Parts: sequence; structure tokens; C-alpha cells
Amino acid sequence: MIRDALKNEFQRIVGKDNVMTEPAELHAYSYDSAVLDQTQPAIVVRPENSESLGQVVRLCNENGLKLTVRGAGTNLSGGTIPHPGGVVCLTTALDKVLEINEEDLYAVVQPGVVTAKFAAQVAAKGLLYPPDPGSQAVSTLGGNVAENAGGLRALKYGVTKDYVMGVDFFDVNGELIRSGGKTVKCVTGYNLAGLMIASEGTLGVFEKLTLKLVPPPAAYKAMMAVFPDVMDASRAVAAIIANKIVPATLEFMDNFTIRTVENFRKAGLPVDAAAMLLIEVDGHPAQVEDDAAKVESICKDNKAISVRVAKDDAERNAVWQARRDALPALARVKPTTVLEDATVPRSKIPAMMQALDKIAKKYDLTIGTFGHAGDGNLHPTILTDKRDQKEWHRVEAAIDAIFEEALALGGTLSGEHGIGLAKSKYLKNEYGVGAINYSRRMKSVLDPNNILNPGKILGPLLA
Amino acid sequence: MADIKKLVSMLKELDDLLTGCMRCGMCQAQCPVFAQTGRETDVTRGKLALLSGLSEEILKDPEEVNEKLQRCLLCGTCEANCPSGVKVTDIFLRARAILTGYLGLPPTQRLIFRRLLTNPKLMNNLLSLGSSLQGLFTKDADSVIGTSCARFNAPLIADRHFKKLASKSLHSQTPHKDTPPGKSGLRVAFFPGCVTDKVFPQVGQAVLKVMEHHQVGVFMPPNQACCGIPALSSGETEVFDNLVRQNLDLFAKGKWDYLITPCATCTATIHELWPKYYGDKMDAVRVKDLADKVMDVSQFLTDVLKVAPKEAVTPTKVAYHDPCHLRNTLKITAQPRQILAAGGKYAAAELPGGPSCCGSGGSFNIKHYKLSDVIGRKKAESIAATGAKIAATSCPACMLQISDMLSKSGHSIPVKHVVELYAETL
Ligand SMILES: Cc1cc2nc3c(=O)[nH]c(=O)nc-3n(C[C@H](O)[C@H](O)[C@H](O)COP(=O)(O)OP(=O)(O)OC[C@H]3O[C@@H](n4cnc5c(N)ncnc54)[C@H](O)[C@@H]3O)c2cc1C
Ligand code: SF4
Ligand code: SF4
Ligand code: SF4
Repeated sequence: MIRDALKNEFQRIVGKDNVMTEPAELHAYSYDSAVLDQTQPAIVVRPENSESLGQVVRLCNENGLKLTVRGAGTNLSGGTIPHPGGVVCLTTALDKVLEINEEDLYAVVQPGVVTAKFAAQVAAKGLLYPPDPGSQAVSTLGGNVAENAGGLRALKYGVTKDYVMGVDFFDVNGELIRSGGKTVKCVTGYNLAGLMIASEGTLGVFEKLTLKLVPPPAAYKAMMAVFPDVMDASRAVAAIIANKIVPATLEFMDNFTIRTVENFRKAGLPVDAAAMLLIEVDGHPAQVEDDAAKVESICKDNKAISVRVAKDDAERNAVWQARRDALPALARVKPTTVLEDATVPRSKIPAMMQALDKIAKKYDLTIGTFGHAGDGNLHPTILTDKRDQKEWHRVEAAIDAIFEEALALGGTLSGEHGIGLAKSKYLKNEYGVGAINYSRRMKSVLDPNNILNPGKILGPLLA
Repeated sequence: MADIKKLVSMLKELDDLLTGCMRCGMCQAQCPVFAQTGRETDVTRGKLALLSGLSEEILKDPEEVNEKLQRCLLCGTCEANCPSGVKVTDIFLRARAILTGYLGLPPTQRLIFRRLLTNPKLMNNLLSLGSSLQGLFTKDADSVIGTSCARFNAPLIADRHFKKLASKSLHSQTPHKDTPPGKSGLRVAFFPGCVTDKVFPQVGQAVLKVMEHHQVGVFMPPNQACCGIPALSSGETEVFDNLVRQNLDLFAKGKWDYLITPCATCTATIHELWPKYYGDKMDAVRVKDLADKVMDVSQFLTDVLKVAPKEAVTPTKVAYHDPCHLRNTLKITAQPRQILAAGGKYAAAELPGGPSCCGSGGSFNIKHYKLSDVIGRKKAESIAATGAKIAATSCPACMLQISDMLSKSGHSIPVKHVVELYAETL
């Protein structure tokens, strides 16, 4: 329980209406989108301006209160599950786009701005903010930077980190630290903005973000290629890249996912196909025509049964609808949906697919796989019912096996969802003890009281 | 108060429905209440988590959970867009019934539900008395929209600009109707709904005119009871059953092909909620039959009578608001627009920012007027932004809310039902 005196202090900083301590309110901030156990904070605060955000951080540090910053709470790794009895600080009121600069192609935003709303404002000015996580309709830019979120366009356009020019953040003392800037080139001092990317709220609290914008492509073309064999589909992926074509998007769906989506939408998807690739090329109109023709023939050379090129926006939308339907359709099959994001080098996708197949059989589980084939980022999605304890134990074992396999293939634990609480125990398997110790030393200096989102990424700190 | 263990065991029955929520948080993009407050307890995911918490006895205060649960318009927008297909409104209605059973309603509200709502005759008499007295307490606010506001300081009215009760309700203008099918060969049963009957009788008259024009016979029995949604959403399931039964008996007295209503909420309630929540399972056939035959008036005109849109030379723009219960629950969005255009005079103007709830939500408007007001004012601004000189919708409850909001924000734009505009062109 939080002492009354502290509660009063928080109320003084953010206003009475923005302090929550009722049990129901605390309960509503005890979870995020990860399938993990809930823990409750002691207090939830919602600053409405950056000054009070800084004061909240300082007050927490002065009193040794553990602080978890929360955007939309859509992360899939437990990054916003608070420390028991700690403080949750919401950024939902810090939602202003401060500047969209059309001359120098950057924007300055508060951390609570919703990604899709920002992208729409940018698009209205004839520009593009490419990072487009599947959660963009609700996720916040602060959350995107803290997780280094990726999206469908990552293959060609990169992920959030490729668009972060600067991060202004509060350190634990509530001092505002500026980093990066508005110039295309900027190498002044340590790359502190880079340090903040993917830090999951453990090193600083973002106050303001400067993001890079780009001109949108003049033309695009989407297509759907159907394969009789997963190996053929993966060979097509490799061949497209080897032919020096970088599609904006190159997505994969396995047979189980295709069947589930078809069941859900009845859009006439090929239910017998072993795999499907959904591809979009964009750029200069002439180049788009050229690339599309090449991609089509490469798919056919790699035994595609059919390649459907979208003729207009309606057909293009149908292609992307099929992809957007993957998660919703899978999510309806069983009560609990565990979405993983183990990532392997592109050439290892066939091996990873085979491994997933084996794991599903060994642990007797239903796994549907879809994801970003172009960058090797697969989303094996385990469908289960958490209330079935026996099965849940098998799910946990299967998750261990998936990560083990991804690492054995030279891959990584997370392509885009972060480490949080969910994967901290695997960290040493990927980078070894040295990296963890280095990170912990850094954290212990920057955050001596260990108040910033403790337990995330690095696990419980050893004294 | 009943035993908390019993409450928990009743909530456990919701468990299967609740586990479908994967906590993805995508409902944050949909919920109009969350859009205003940014609080997790105000969004679907949060409310579902509170119910789980209560059923798992992590939370121990049902009153607190109930209070949070009431901060919902039951607009169904989250459900229509939930990737996991969670039956949100079903869960909320059942939970409200369970919690009301446990906590009990405030006595005055209970009295209104049990004594007044279930007795249409008494209610009609009382309200017509009210209608003749209301002038004493109110004054005109906007003559174009036809709204009034409080003459003296009146807490219940607050700063509302409301539509007054009609001086003569539909049921006193046209107590009943029983006409044979004409050339169309069809006969409809007509359920105007309370708001049409008591506030917008002209909407009811428009429906009758349109039916006559298309030579459709009408069966409109006297003493119709409310569709029951206010009772159901407050958890008063017995009152709800009573109202459904009264209506079933009433409409059984005639022979007709479709049951039509000009009220989106009534249509959705009869179509979806009657078969699901009517407690008398012995009566399942009757209720299913009615639910299968109910139609929104625009839907009947376009889908059954094949009334088609007519190209107008210089159409007048009409800002069209999609009522949640048509858009989310019944997926009816094209038909009202077609009926707007059918007279060859109007064309639907789309609201900037796309469709959204008007913020009325039945008793939500009374319990959380401030929130309802912010949501509604946004709606008013988006209607004004179209530049249209008329606003239209397909639900009298929305008409009330939008009139209040336009009037208060100083936009003198009259609010009509689409069927009124169509009838006017015949
Ligand atoms: C359906 C669905 C689809 C998804 N699709 C994708 C996808 O395609 N690609 C992808 O990468 N991810 C995806 N995700 C995961 C998730 O949406 C992203 O990680 C997203 O970036 C999280 O944003 P958020 O605003 O919800 O952050 P939160 O979940 O609230 O927070 C995430 C982390 O950021 C920290 N944080 C938030 N704000 C600040 C701040 N101001 N200062 C410091 N730290 C802060 C938090 O402490 C936490 O550690 C998906 C999730 C779902 C549920
Ligand atoms: S969108 Fe549906 S599944 Fe996702 S959190 Fe909301 S209610 Fe749950
Ligand atoms: S029904 Fe409407 S108000 Fe209620 S939670 Fe869903 S979106 Fe929000
Ligand atoms: S839905 Fe509303 S307007 Fe229609 S009958 Fe019921 S209470 Fe009356």
C-alpha cells in the first residue's frame, strides 16, 4: 500500500483526477498483451504535461518506488506488467503531435501519440512514416521506440529505430536529457537516442521523440503466390532477394493459417496450398511494373501453382485483408493465443518451418505460422486454453524449444516484440553472460535504485 | 445482500466467454468512452479484466466493478471489431443482470421499471400529463431544431437542450391501425418504439405514409410495450421478460409478413436480444419467429420492396449518422443511404472521421452526462463540418442526442429520420 503522504504528493503533481488507487483501477493495470501472470501496482498516475512527467519520475526515485511507464499496453512480452506495489505512469494524455516539418522531413511528437493517428497526419501532408506494427491502430510511438517495433514494411523500409532521430528523456532524477536532433547527420556525443531504442522503459522515460519522415512511393503493386510446398515458397523468397529486388512487404502464411483464415472470411483462399506468399513492390511506376513481372516469374520458376497480381486497389486490399485476418482468425480457434516472434536468417526459414512442425507434433499442440518471410521474422502462434494445466505445461516447453531452435539456426529471440519479462531467462543463451553483466553494470549506474521497470530484459538484478 | 460465493459462482458461468479475450488491446481504437478518458477501466479489455478479477476473487468489491461496468454505451463497436470475436455486449448484459441481482437497483429506478415500464397504459397517461405541463418548466432553445432547455435550475435537465414530449403522441394521433395488404401483397406489423411514439410522432406518421404509398397493409395494435432494452441493460431481467411477453401476445393477434420499426435500437433488441435473453424457454418458437421477421424500415423498403435510389440533379446534402445498433449489430449501413436518395432530392454526406457513436447509449446519457456530452459534441462538430443543412439518422434515440448536441453547440441544423425525408418526397 502506498502511504497517504506520497499519494498526496502525486496528486499535487498530476492533479487529483489523474491519480488512481482503487482496487479495480489497479487491477486494470496489472496486465498487458502478453500471456503472463498479473501483478498489481500500488498507484497509477496520468501526467498531462511533460513537466509533471519529470516530477513523477523524480518522486519515484526519491522514494525508491518502482516505475513502469505504460503506453497502450499492447506489448507482447510483459513490458508493462508492473512491479508489485510499484507505480504505473500512463502516457495516454501526452498525445500531441508538436510539429510536422515538411521542409526537413521530420516530426516531433509526445510519447503517447497513437501510431496510426500520427501516420495519418503525416500522410495528409503527403509524407510517409513507414513503421506499421500490426497494433498501430492503438500502439503509441513511445511504446514503439521502447520496443523498437517493426511492421509489414520493415523489409524495405526498416523498423522504428531507422526513423528515430532524437529522444528527449527524463533520467531517474527527473532531469531532462536531450539526444539526437533534427539534422540528417548528427554524431554529437554518445548515441543516447540509440541507447533508448528497445530499452523497454528500463533506462529513461521518453518525453519527446523526433522522427524521420520520407516521401511515399509513387506506385505499388500487390500479389499473392500459392505454393504446393513450404520449401518452394522459401526458395522463392531467397530468389527474390538474390535477384536484387527488395519488396516493401513479403509475408508468409502456412497451410493451417490459410485454412483458418478461409474458414473465417470465405474469401476463396487455396485451402490445399502448403504455403502462400503475399508480396508488395513499390517505388517508381516503371520500376514497379518491372519488379512485379520479375517477382511473378521468380515465383513461377519456384513451382508456384498460381500468382495473382492485384489489378486495382480493391484487389490489393483483398490481398492485405487475408494477411490482416491471420491473427483474428487464429485467435478464434482456441481461448488462449500465444504469439511468438522468434526470428531466423531468411535462408533458414525452411529449416525453422520444419522445426516448428516437429515441435507441434512432439508437444501435441496446434501451431499456426505466419509472418514476415522477407526478414525471417516468423510468428508461430500456439492455440491453446490456459486453463488446461497439462496442456499449458506442454506449451511452456514448446516455447523453450522454439527459442532453442531459432538460436541454433543463428537467429534471435525476438524480431520485434521485445524481451520484457517473457524472454529474459533466455537472454544469456543468445548473447552470453558478458553482455548481461555489461548491461547490468550500465543500468546500475544510470538507475542506482533500480526503479525503472525492474526485472524487464535483464531479469532480477543480483544485488 | 446475497452471499458473495453465489455471486462468484454465477460469474464463473461467464468464464468461457471471458477467456476469449486475448487482451490484445485493439478495442482501444474503437471505444468512444476510452477515447475521452484514456483509462483502462473504461475500455472493453479493462472491463472484461475486472469481471475476470471478480470471478477469480482477486477483486472483492462488486459495487466498484459494477460502477465501472456502467461506463459503457453498449454501442457494440468494440465487439464488431474484436479480432478474437469476444461477445462483449453479451458478457456485459449478463454481467449487469448478475450484478443487479446481487446488488439490487436503487429503489426509485426499480419502481419505474417494475410499475411503470411494464404498464404501457399507465405510462402513456402519465407522460401525456407531463407533456401538457412541461411548458411551465422549459423554454425554447433552438426553434429550427425544436429543442428546449430548463426555465429554472433543474438538476435532472442540467444544461440539456432536449426535445420536448410531443403535445400529441403517435398513439393518441393514431391509436391503432389494421389495414389489408394492397398491391404489394404485403402486410407489416408496426412497432414505433417509445421515443418515436412520445417524442417524434411525425416519424411514425412518415412510416405510415410510406406504407400507404407502397400499398403495404399495416397492423399496429394499441398499448405496445417498450422493447425492453432499458430494463435489460440495467439488469432487470424479470421486467424485460414481462415486456417481451406483452409484445409477443399483442402481435400474435394479427397476421403479417414483417415487423418493422424506425428505431435502430428496437430492431437490434428484437432481432438479437429477445431470442437470447427472453427467460421463458417454452416460448422460444414465438420469439424466434418474431426475431426473424423484424426489420429496420429502410431495410424493408430496399430489401423487400426494392425501393431504389434515384439520381438527383442537384441533390441536397444530408449528413447521415449511422446508429451503432444498425451499423455494429445488424450491419445495416447501405439501406438508409439508399432511402435518403430514393426520393430523388437528397444525397447522404459522409461524416469526416467515419462513423462513430453519438454518445447517447440509453441510461448512459443520464448516469454519465458529462462523458455523453463530450462524445456527442464531437458528433455535432463532424455533422456541421459536412456543410449539410440537414442531419439524418435511423434511430429516434440518436435524434434526441444529436438535437441536444447541435442545439447546444449553436449549429441550427434540423435533425430528421431518413424515413421522414423520404416520405416528404412522395
Ligand atoms: C495484435 C497485436 C499486433 C502486434 N503487431 C506488432 C508488430 O507487427 N510489430 C511489432 O513490433 N510489435 C507488434 N505488437 C507488439 C506491440 O504492439 C508493440 O510492441 C508496440 O510497440 C507497443 O506499444 P505500446 O504503446 O502498447 O507500448 P506498451 O506496451 O505500453 O509499452 C511497451 C514498452 O515500452 C515502454 N514505454 C512505453 N512508453 C514509454 C516511454 N514514454 N518512455 C519509456 N518507456 C516507455 C514500456 O515501459 C514497455 O516496456 C503487436 C501487438 C498486438 C497485441
Ligand atoms: S479487442 Fe477483443 S480480444 Fe482484444 S482486448 Fe479487446 S476485447 Fe479482448
Ligand atoms: S460497447 Fe461501446 S462503449 Fe462499451 S466498451 Fe464497447 S466500444 Fe466501449
Ligand atoms: S429501444 Fe429505446 S426507443 Fe426503442 S422502444 Fe426501446 S426504449 Fe423505446
